[in-house]
Amino acid sequence: MTDPGTDEAAHPQDEARQRRFDGMIAADERIEPRDWMPDAYRRTLIRQIAQHAHSEIIGMQPEGNWITRAPSLRRKAVLIAKVQDEAGHGLYLYSAAETLGVGRDELLDLLHQGRQRYSSIFNYPTVTWADVGAIGWLVDGAAITNQVPLCRCSYGPYARAMVRICKEESFHQRQGFDILYTLARGTDGQRRMAQESVDRWYWPSLMMFGPPDSESTHSEQSMAWNIKRFSNDELRQRFVDMIVPQAEALGLTLPDPALAWSAERGHYDFGTPDWDEFMQVLKGNGPCNRQRLEHRRTAHEEGAWVREAARAHAAKSRARERAAA
Amino acid sequence: MSGRENGSASAERDTALAAYALRLGDDALVASHRLAELAARGPQLEEDVALANISLDLLGQARSLLTYAGSLEERLTGVLRTEDDLAYLRDEDQFANCRLVELPNTDFAFTVARQFLFSAYQFELYTALAGSADGTLAGIAGKAVKEVAYHRDHASGWTVRLGDGTEESSERMAAALEAAWPYTGELFASDPVFRAVAGAGFGADPPELRPAWDAFVDGVLAEAGLARPEVPPITGPAGMGGRQGVHTEAFGYLLAEMQHLHRSHPGAAW
Repeated sequence: MTDPGTDEAAHPQDEARQRRFDGMIAADERIEPRDWMPDAYRRTLIRQIAQHAHSEIIGMQPEGNWITRAPSLRRKAVLIAKVQDEAGHGLYLYSAAETLGVGRDELLDLLHQGRQRYSSIFNYPTVTWADVGAIGWLVDGAAITNQVPLCRCSYGPYARAMVRICKEESFHQRQGFDILYTLARGTDGQRRMAQESVDRWYWPSLMMFGPPDSESTHSEQSMAWNIKRFSNDELRQRFVDMIVPQAEALGLTLPDPALAWSAERGHYDFGTPDWDEFMQVLKGNGPCNRQRLEHRRTAHEEGAWVREAARAHAAKSRARERAAA
Repeated sequence: MSGRENGSASAERDTALAAYALRLGDDALVASHRLAELAARGPQLEEDVALANISLDLLGQARSLLTYAGSLEERLTGVLRTEDDLAYLRDEDQFANCRLVELPNTDFAFTVARQFLFSAYQFELYTALAGSADGTLAGIAGKAVKEVAYHRDHASGWTVRLGDGTEESSERMAAALEAAWPYTGELFASDPVFRAVAGAGFGADPPELRPAWDAFVDGVLAEAGLARPEVPPITGPAGMGGRQGVHTEAFGYLLAEMQHLHRSHPGAAW
């Protein structure tokens, strides 16, 4: 890898390197770990990939919450597999971040100290079984809308991780849809459970695309670097256009009185999420912020003696091998 | 079990086989459930993946075995109970799993100990059943034995790592083995159901599995620098245990959690 600590302007070769980097971005080529890259590009990617990795592992909690209560063995198996996929996604994303010179332990420490974020959506509780369906359909649906363009992101390892992740996410979205579809055609109680859950998850899922373009802080530079391909508002629109017909197919309604087809725009009009709520959750005041982080820290701290034992055993084994050689 | 007055040999065979499949299925179901409780609670991400993987394999085995038990039962009674009927609508005393698998996850060492002792048992069991004269059981076991070989490796690896690792890990692993050990006696206890299926060439009589289990477990414990626990097996009232539906106190809570949603919506499809 290149030296991340070098002051860009101080290096005599940097102008040439910067020109080469800019040329690769302009030609929409992939930047690889051994290529020179500006520090700001590296920092932006580390922040984004870490946030994404943290979201995967924090996201295991709200769904893991229903594994032991899943109402059929088939649903239980699918849910265990899904939560396992999320751990796997966390693993490849932390590996992608490692190619930028930052280790998983360091990133986990930043998460545990509250110095790096994860997706705010996971600060909402899963209080019914239908929430497992709504998360799959809406939250994974929004994640896919965000992530499909990332498969063409300028940083190679991240783009390749996203290809695999998107395949699995689209499977998760179909599973979530299927849960809601079954509930919506079930007993009155099941149908109410499904509608109530969609009512609670609709607005938070729209918030997943981030603040409106007029207030987004990182967007412009990320777009210039081909990390981000579409604006927050463009992606939000794409998501709404996707879920409206899907909601109809489910036979469920979306809790948005402003929702209407605009023939003029060729898109659905929709209402404005409560951005004050978004900011509050972002600041740590959502229903589960403390709980999610505490759960992570506890698992990490309770596992410390296990990780230490594994390291000690590995060191002893190496010493025994050397002694025997 | 063999008290149904059908008179025909095939009904008696099916009765014993249904009870046998149910025992094996319940073992796998409950073992899977305890591991699934650990989702997002592993000591590192790799373990979250591995424990979920083992839990899923066991759940797959449980589903095949419970479905098979239900279909055998249907032949006898004319009433079909699906895998979900069996998992969600039976009460505690109708579950026939061994008590080892229902013991709660007190720490990672205990989870490892429980899984190590159980996987080593399942490995010998499924190895024997892969040659069963019953084609369905042979098929289930033939697939499962490959999965269980990995579970056994995984748990053995951790038994050695924790036994050999630090003073703390070695103490925890020794304590975990000592706590789980008394429940292993039940894995190898015989009774009329086991003897009936073994006699027909369909199943294994548990005492026959013990020598290979002992040899494997002793080998891993030696590598881990851990002593084989010297604790007597736990018995139940009048010699009854998990196979007869007499479980530990913790098991009722496991079922309460597992079954409550399903039971709250009678007749619903999911």
